[in-house]
Amino acid sequence: MTIIVSFLVVLMLVGAVAASIFKDLISAVIAAALVSLLASILFYFLQAPDVAMAEASIGAALTAAIFIIAIRRTKRYEE
Amino acid sequence: MRRIVSILLLVIVALGISLSLAKIPFGTPKTKVGRHYIDEGIKETGATNIVTSVVVSYRGFDTLGEVTILFIASIGLGAVLSTFGEKTVRDIEPASLVLSTGCRVLFPLILIFGSFVFIHGHLTPGGGFQGGAIIASGFLLIYLGCRERRISQLAFNLSESLGGLVFVVIGLFGLVLGGYFLSNFLPKGTVNTLFSAGIIPIIYIAIGFKVGSELAGIIDNLIEES
Repeated sequence: MTIIVSFLVVLMLVGAVAASIFKDLISAVIAAALVSLLASILFYFLQAPDVAMAEASIGAALTAAIFIIAIRRTKRYEE
Repeated sequence: MRRIVSILLLVIVALGISLSLAKIPFGTPKTKVGRHYIDEGIKETGATNIVTSVVVSYRGFDTLGEVTILFIASIGLGAVLSTFGEKTVRDIEPASLVLSTGCRVLFPLILIFGSFVFIHGHLTPGGGFQGGAIIASGFLLIYLGCRERRISQLAFNLSESLGGLVFVVIGLFGLVLGGYFLSNFLPKGTVNTLFSAGIIPIIYIAIGFKVGSELAGIIDNLIEES
């Protein structure tokens, strides 16, 4: 149990750092959505299924979609 | 230089937060009200999902505020992005047959799952917000997969207003019949059946409609613009 949770937290940290250093903004959004998805799994393990559902649908799906739609209107690569 | 200063500031802030939070023992109950919700929640509200009994019954007024914030955000986005009258018809490249058929098969299933989540909000994990968000992600799938499909703004606005109206009217009925806003004036029924917990399922269905149509409307506005 502890091993799974620590693995998830390490993956979340990797995703968060990747989201902040990627120059390709679409990849950065995908990495941020990964953080949300892993957070929702973590919430499920911490016995908060209500929060897990909200996090998975809003954090991983809708937020990423809104960011990608916004990026499509601007520049994809950060210089 | 600037980078070093910002990293230093971040470390100082993190140290301050962690030091002040370390003084609070983790996981110990700090208030008596939480214990009360866990012990008496099922008896007082009839909802087996204690999170729902807090969100809709004990803290129902806060939920009205949350729904209002979402409503204002959606209205603001619509006002900023609205195209005023004529909508330019874009020539959209239609999606491939596999993609559009897959979306058409998956969309009703997602809709049913979302409705299940908010109708059973008082029995199983989830509720109006979660079910509404799931339904909105189904609409997102339709917008991405069947790109020529458009859902009318009128339907979104109608279900959004209806959801909000049902919430407020039921709250006012509670004020008249039970003495305070959102009081549970309907019979509570047998615990752990679908028709139980009085007004809680009705309010969660209204919230589900409202949140689902608001989030789907936000996506619709954004996609219409891009």
